[in-house]
Amino acid sequence: MLNQVMFFLFGAMIVIFSLLTVTSRKVLRAAVYLLFVLISTAGLYFALSYNFLAAVQLTVYAGGIVVLIIFSILLTSHVSERAVMAPLKQSLLSALATVAGATLTLLTILQFGFVPSEGTDPYFNITDIGNQLISYKRDGYALPFEVVSVLLLAAMIGAIVVAKKERTLKK
Amino acid sequence: MIQNIPLSYYLVISTLMFFIGIYGFLTRRNLITMLMSVELILNSVNINFVAFNRYLYPQQLEGHFFMLIVIAVAAAEAAVAIAIIINIYRNFKSIDVENVDEMKY
Repeated sequence: MLNQVMFFLFGAMIVIFSLLTVTSRKVLRAAVYLLFVLISTAGLYFALSYNFLAAVQLTVYAGGIVVLIIFSILLTSHVSERAVMAPLKQSLLSALATVAGATLTLLTILQFGFVPSEGTDPYFNITDIGNQLISYKRDGYALPFEVVSVLLLAAMIGAIVVAKKERTLKK
Repeated sequence: MIQNIPLSYYLVISTLMFFIGIYGFLTRRNLITMLMSVELILNSVNINFVAFNRYLYPQQLEGHFFMLIVIAVAAAEAAVAIAIIINIYRNFKSIDVENVDEMKY
């Protein structure tokens, strides 16, 4: 009973704050609504009893990316600035396309009968996750792990190079 | 912990989040808010991976790894995108997509 209540609470929070994120006129408020969405998602992971993923979601998404976004908002726009929205015709067309796509997908999902596998709640500790993540044997994920680490390094260097102030030649 | 909650409820939530993100991407005119819509889309995909892992293959960990890798890619993407946005702001004094048409043919 309690888990259902929590699930619907988090689900409603996700949908409402997602809508506010994309419709709010104030950019900084939109970023805070995005933070609420990400925290509610972490709540859903807790409800699935995946504690490690919820912790990663909270630290990396809610703690890292949202702070980065808020920093860049403060650097590039005034707090009281109101965002310009698309013209009405374009908004209506986008809404129509989005609602059509969502309806189609929801109908497909609700018609398909997923059969959940039976069994008790699995329990993984972080050691299992880490061991399989860096294992190079069967079902190991060492290669994607390495590729992602190289990607992160490249993104870090790229971000520094792009955002660096150019040295002006003319004085 | 997941009794009485069918898998499709999770999928419904993530579908709504995905299409709200697409709507935001299509209607927003500010580069940072467009980036936030992309984060919504990536996050909805994560919910799908994790829910499928929990309901259909509870003894395996594949959904965990996909979710962790998607988060890493999202973080890298946000860092690079914000570097580009700050550079655009430095050159154009605005991060509105309507004003940035220097390279448009």
